Amino acid sequence: MLTLHDVQAGYGRTTILHGIHVEVRAGEVVTIVGANGAGKTTTLRTVAGLVRPTAGRITFEGEEIGHLPPHEVVARGITLIPEGRQLFPFMSVRDNLRMGAYTPHARDRMRQTMDEVLDLFPRVREKLEQHAGSLSGGEQQMVAIARGMMARPKLLMFDEPSLGLAPIIVSQVFDVVERIVQTGVTVLLVEQNVFRTLSIADRGYVLENGAIVMNDSGAALLRDDHVRRAYLGI
Amino acid sequence: MDTFVQLVINGLMLGGLFAIISVGLTLIFGIIRLVNFAHGELLMVGMYLTWLGTTQLGLHPYVLAPPVVLALFVVGLLIQRFILQPLLDARDAHVQIFATVGLSTALINLALLVFGADLYATPSSGVRDSIALGPYRILVGQLVMFVCGIAVVAALHLFMERSYLGRAIRATAQHRAAAQLMGVDVKRIYMVTFGIGAACVGLAAVLVAPIYPASPTVGTYFVLTAFVVVVLGGMGSLHGAFIGALIIGLVDSLSGFYIAPDLKEVVIFGLFITILLLRPTGLFGLGRGSE
Ligand SMILES: Nc1ncnc2c1ncn2[C@@H]1O[C@H](COP(=O)(O)OP(=O)(O)O)[C@@H](O)[C@H]1O
Ligand SMILES: [Mg+2]
Repeated sequence: MLTLHDVQAGYGRTTILHGIHVEVRAGEVVTIVGANGAGKTTTLRTVAGLVRPTAGRITFEGEEIGHLPPHEVVARGITLIPEGRQLFPFMSVRDNLRMGAYTPHARDRMRQTMDEVLDLFPRVREKLEQHAGSLSGGEQQMVAIARGMMARPKLLMFDEPSLGLAPIIVSQVFDVVERIVQTGVTVLLVEQNVFRTLSIADRGYVLENGAIVMNDSGAALLRDDHVRRAYLGI
Repeated sequence: MDTFVQLVINGLMLGGLFAIISVGLTLIFGIIRLVNFAHGELLMVGMYLTWLGTTQLGLHPYVLAPPVVLALFVVGLLIQRFILQPLLDARDAHVQIFATVGLSTALINLALLVFGADLYATPSSGVRDSIALGPYRILVGQLVMFVCGIAVVAALHLFMERSYLGRAIRATAQHRAAAQLMGVDVKRIYMVTFGIGAACVGLAAVLVAPIYPASPTVGTYFVLTAFVVVVLGGMGSLHGAFIGALIIGLVDSLSGFYIAPDLKEVVIFGLFITILLLRPTGLFGLGRGSE
């Protein structure tokens, strides 16, 4: 479904990703594991069109998308739920969700999607009329995920959805991610919580200093000595 | 007392005009984060267009509102697309501001070249007729300004709150990268925003032309006042600009009579400095991107 082929990308003259290969097949949950600063966010931003690849190819459903601006990537069916939530703080939660369904394809079915999404997030339904900026961190993260789903994406990318949240909220976020996975959406997940992430992932990539150093099934990576030492602290 | 009430009426009517000009300025500031120093020259362009339409085609200036507004909308789109957008990724954000200063100078000189420094009065019938309200009088032209001011602010408010495009414009102002992730084409949003801002001045031009002669530097007076309104109302706030415009309209009218016509600009700019010192966020400013 999504293939990154020898992708190189960075900011200004600094290259961050040094020719990475990543593949996500339809229906899979794939994770990218790596230390802070390894380039996980840069990878997702490059797929989303916010960062231009300087070399290599990105294809989605067989078509080259590496040169597309972000709004056209979204229109193809790829949605990024960004690190740090990035809600529209002075808009109501309802308007944030409406913004999630901005692409023509999603807009046509907005009401129906809104009902489906709010069934997954009963707590968000209670806050619909509040300003997004006034919610707690955990609530904001739920809104960010709900907003991402409003686009009816084929591929949903999560960037650190549990970052900075209290342990009990982290657990709720994972529950939500698991439920979304069950709806059949293809997922590319980047998370600090490596143990739980590898447990739900079909496959994982290990990214170190902008290069993929390992890729295997989630279960195999969980058993791997290097992964256990570097990322699970065992 | 009668004089005072009459001056208040005049001031509010004038406020309607300031509202139309200021709303465009504050919109461009709030969304694109750009101080448009060419705003006054867009007004000037609109006034010459109105003059041309009335003298060459024999039309009433008010009839020219749709074509002039549309023309200015397109001019705004083009300015954003071909002058400002290429500078969007410039390392220094101030480059765009200098570009609007340059555009302002270029337009003034273009007008000097084409029309010279003469004053061009736009002929119009009925605009100076007055309507009696008991002991008070309102000119038709004043009333039209006031009604248009309210209509423009209300229409923009509804557009921003209710439409997909308006919501996308607000989203872009609040978080540009996130708006892109929702599928918003930010460059297009900026073009539309600049277009709407310019279209507002186009309407203002049609309303001003019958009362005030066109000249290359005519924009300066109106737009300096609009800058005061925008700062008073809170930069980027639509309803702030509306209330601010009414206040400045009143100050203009009252100080022109009770202090001295020549000193009213001094009073307005005294107010400007005072606001900047005491409450730099303006009366309704909630901080950046609040609208
Ligand atoms: N906007 C940016 N401009 C310049 N360098 C950046 C920017 N964002 C991230 N970086 C750098 O890119 C590297 C990878 O960052 P990132 O992709 O955010 O890593 P991760 O998400 O794995 O923590 C880091 O060294 C970081 O400092
Ligand atoms: Mg990151």
